[in-house]
Amino acid sequence: MNKEELKKYIGEHFSGYEISESFDFPELNVPKEDLLKVMILLKENPMTSFDFLFCETAIDRNPAFEVVYHITSVKYRHNLVVKSIVEDRSNPEIESVYSLWKAAELYEDEIFDLFGIRFTNHPNLRRIMLTDEHVGYPLRKDYQDDRMIVK
Amino acid sequence: MNTEEFVINIGPQHPATHGVLRIEAKLDGETVKDVLPHLGYIHRGIEKMSEHLGYKQSIFLTSRMDYLSAHIYNHACSLLIEKACGIEVPERAKAIRIIMDELQRLTSHQLWWGSCAMDIGAVTPFFVAFRDRERILEIFEANTGNRLTMNYIVPGGVMRDVLPNFVSEVRRVINEVKSNFKDYNQLITGNFIFRERTQKIGYLTKEDAISLGCTGPVARASGIECDIRKLYPYGGYDSLEFNEIIDYGCDSWARYKVRMEEMVQSIHIIEQLLDNFPEGESRTKLKGILKLPAGEYYQRVESARGELGVYLVSDGSAKPYRIKFRTPSFSNLGALKVVGRGLKIADLMATMATLDLIIPEMDR
Repeated sequence: MNKEELKKYIGEHFSGYEISESFDFPELNVPKEDLLKVMILLKENPMTSFDFLFCETAIDRNPAFEVVYHITSVKYRHNLVVKSIVEDRSNPEIESVYSLWKAAELYEDEIFDLFGIRFTNHPNLRRIMLTDEHVGYPLRKDYQDDRMIVK
Repeated sequence: MNTEEFVINIGPQHPATHGVLRIEAKLDGETVKDVLPHLGYIHRGIEKMSEHLGYKQSIFLTSRMDYLSAHIYNHACSLLIEKACGIEVPERAKAIRIIMDELQRLTSHQLWWGSCAMDIGAVTPFFVAFRDRERILEIFEANTGNRLTMNYIVPGGVMRDVLPNFVSEVRRVINEVKSNFKDYNQLITGNFIFRERTQKIGYLTKEDAISLGCTGPVARASGIECDIRKLYPYGGYDSLEFNEIIDYGCDSWARYKVRMEEMVQSIHIIEQLLDNFPEGESRTKLKGILKLPAGEYYQRVESARGELGVYLVSDGSAKPYRIKFRTPSFSNLGALKVVGRGLKIADLMATMATLDLIIPEMDR
């Protein structure tokens, strides 16, 4: 399916959720409670068959976080962006998608390290780049570091 | 006899990791039970730094991520900016970019070939690879001023036009490289010891490769069609003729064969462009400060190691709101855990060599 067809298909099958589009891909906005449920449907449905997670990251929309999943299908090669908003800034938490794509393990480690978003049911959540003692999460917009960041 | 598992740390300063990566290997005797990679020894915070720099400035940081694919990283960022701003690139610049990209892929695979053989215990190929790579680096140096971090491909085209002897020089060098493939095959491809060390070792199934998000030669050696140049052609690749190399062997040997064939294809691409090298401008003039329309953009290209994605969130200002580099080595690193289990410790090193991991690209 191309971008327009996929957008229409997703709109029909996931009518409860908000659909939009970015420059390149259709976008599906899912509340974080439903995330895993929707992801399983997207992956298992033979028409979409999203079996490849090629990018997972987060955006700090101060105060909320957006967790962004870029998924594609090896068979059809169509792409979709799924977004989920995590609101609680002091203790952000979202379900891990490791059970669907093993690639999520390292991506989520990185998001946890640099944004401080915890992923539940992740096999081994750890600070992958910074030291365990590091204070703060550098990719947050309100991160303070007087020594390294020049204003 | 009483035995127990023990842990050894490989790296961060270890000749086989080719950079500062630490691997915590859990061993039972000589057999690897589990592999846990530790990154961050060269984490420079390029994504955070980019949020404080203009679009034209942050491109220069991207050369520092994968030091063997600097042109390709610059190309990806330039394509993204051109796509967002609707900038047309002259035909000559497109041809120069692709020639540079493919030369870069050649140097990268050559270096990999040498270092992969060295990890397995053959030292001569390393010198052969560096001898040939040097010829291409000389072209880079003469035309771009740099050998490693070129910063040559910029939004709108290339930094400056190539030298008048560019076409003849590139043709001379690729003919030289082509005739040297004979040496490569005599030294390594047909070598019995090398085959014994790679065949049926480091098995990565297609299902695992998909689930782990592997791309590039690693995934293509497991039978996945994932060449971005074919799937989502960019920057003029759609008018060129070349084959996507797929192998169904899934082992270290298959990954070796894929890269060797890719070098031949790169030369084939360069030859097509040299035959019809366009005349004209090599750069579109742009404003000093670029502003991308608010929105989200994703641009992917095929780097020497796989799918390189640049994900950019713009709020309409002169700096990116968030920029994320989806780097191929970071995803391919996951494969090490899967293929590593059950291997002998010496084979772990050999398998890691065929994954072709670049550490600064993972850490960013």
